[in-house]
Amino acid sequence: MTARTTAATRLTIGFIPLADAAALIVAADRGFAAEEGLELDLVREVSWSNVRDKLNIGLFDAAHLLAPLAIASSLGIGHVKVPLTVPFNLALNGNAITVSPTLWTALSTAAEGDLADPAVSAGALARVVAARKARGLPPLTLGMTFPFSNHNYQLRFWMAAGGVVPDDDVQLVVLPPPYMAESLGNGHVDGFCVGAPWNSTAVDLGIGHILHFGAEIVGRAAEKVLAVRRCWADERPDVLARLVRALDRAACFVADPANHEEAAALLAAPARLDIAPDTIRRTLDGHLRLASDGRMRTSDRYLVVGRLGASRPDPAQAAWAYAQMVRWGQTPLSPELLAAATGVFRPELYEAAVGGAPRLPAGEPADDIGAFAGPAFDPADIAAHLAAWPIRRS
Amino acid sequence: MNGGPGRAAASHIEFLAALRQDWTSTQIASIGNGREALSSAPADAALKILVIDKDPIRRAILDAGLREAGFVNVILLGETAGLLNHIYRIDPDVILIDLENPSRDVLEQMFQVSRVVRRPIAMFVDQSDRETTRAAVEAGVSAYIVDGLRQGRVKDILELCISRFNAVARLQDELDRAKSALEERKAIDRAKGILMQVKGLSEEQAYALLRKTAMNEKRKIAEVAQAVITASELLK
Repeated sequence: MTARTTAATRLTIGFIPLADAAALIVAADRGFAAEEGLELDLVREVSWSNVRDKLNIGLFDAAHLLAPLAIASSLGIGHVKVPLTVPFNLALNGNAITVSPTLWTALSTAAEGDLADPAVSAGALARVVAARKARGLPPLTLGMTFPFSNHNYQLRFWMAAGGVVPDDDVQLVVLPPPYMAESLGNGHVDGFCVGAPWNSTAVDLGIGHILHFGAEIVGRAAEKVLAVRRCWADERPDVLARLVRALDRAACFVADPANHEEAAALLAAPARLDIAPDTIRRTLDGHLRLASDGRMRTSDRYLVVGRLGASRPDPAQAAWAYAQMVRWGQTPLSPELLAAATGVFRPELYEAAVGGAPRLPAGEPADDIGAFAGPAFDPADIAAHLAAWPIRRS
Repeated sequence: MNGGPGRAAASHIEFLAALRQDWTSTQIASIGNGREALSSAPADAALKILVIDKDPIRRAILDAGLREAGFVNVILLGETAGLLNHIYRIDPDVILIDLENPSRDVLEQMFQVSRVVRRPIAMFVDQSDRETTRAAVEAGVSAYIVDGLRQGRVKDILELCISRFNAVARLQDELDRAKSALEERKAIDRAKGILMQVKGLSEEQAYALLRKTAMNEKRKIAEVAQAVITASELLK
């Protein structure tokens, strides 16, 4: 009892108001952190740049971070190099590609097959792009949230598989998620790839059609991670293990459909996501309205928190993210950089904290990635991955 | 006890509010004025500095500060729709942006080599001076510079901005505290009124009761007053 009466260890953790911060919010607000003697002070931020910088300079002990950004920061790509450690994966998947009704109609007309198939929709996009070029129209503009994000990589992977050159045939622009729907409505962008709940927001406003869930492009993509500075992880292994355990229990809570209503209510709070619980509930259920005509799509892979081995950081996922950075010219290919990238994800820290590795159910992609096109991904052979794609910048 | 402090708080708020509305350029220039003021016109006075800030007052304060320091080429932007296009049109050497602005992520795109980007931009990070970076983030401002620009001069600009940001924050804090003091005063007045009516006390007795209860319960008088108001509304 004496251990519990001493003051809890207080940790300051930055987050962006997105549904994939669920495990962090539930850990803080439903007692899982307190059970580990932790008090989590969650600080809501408005940009990934802020989260990264405040983590880097030590204003945050830990952060909810884009998985590719944790890698970019560790490699010093595009910014100051600060090695990070990822002991916990907050979510797999959760993004969606949404297009304007005009682009939706154009894609439907151009589609040779079922538009729900990303190979068909990518081919349709290539024809729409070619037709616009032939008529002298400006290229389509597509929004994503950050240069080092799955939103960027999934959009590029998808369109390039259909023959569209992302850096020449369309314009990719960074847009803060809260501005996505507005930009689609006023025609600044023709579509975007963003996380929950912003696709649903555009659908509810009647200005967007959800074309694909991110999981239809890549079956298992490490989306958001819990990141700490590597030196912090080395100095406070006990605190880190307690944090991982608290997050793991919170993620398991979120994974149970019986808890979705309560989790949605916790996430909806003004100091957290500050949006309608019902919108969050649909996200957790993987049950999304695709368009204003009421069509729905359900997938238990839409956003994966605490299920399917999602919480264990998987170095193969880090290798895939690094491969995308190389493919699109953000960083060179080298064995040293690959090793540094995969070394950011630390499954052994996760396993030591929770006491074992999760058993993946049958049917999970054999290469841990499950992309809709191309050969199986081999994390040890990035060159082969790149060679499979004629469209690339490296 | 007749609302003296309340009146003082009210007039303080009016004063600050008036200040925010009607600051003259001289008054604005004097905010945060101090050691960062430069003694002579900077050698690179023509650097084109873009200030992106949604707060019009802070924007004006930064503008005045930079101009006073001798920078003649300062451009202010409050609107962030189509930000990248604005930046290409303006083509600045230095960009300052407030950290409350979600559009900060848009600037990250400019580090990337791509067809959309004309001039490569880097974030201002002087590795040898983490304190400045930290002070900037804590003050709520971030700086981006055209790649290759000498960082020493930009550091002066950034430090000036940090000082002005902090000055505005102090002013805002003062305003918030004056507002909350006024709210507390109002709650105490209402609670006194309730006690006078319900318990037949004089104003002094009502206040003494609030104060004694607060002392016994180790709470603020305003909290006890709020409890009295809540209870009275429940019992209506």
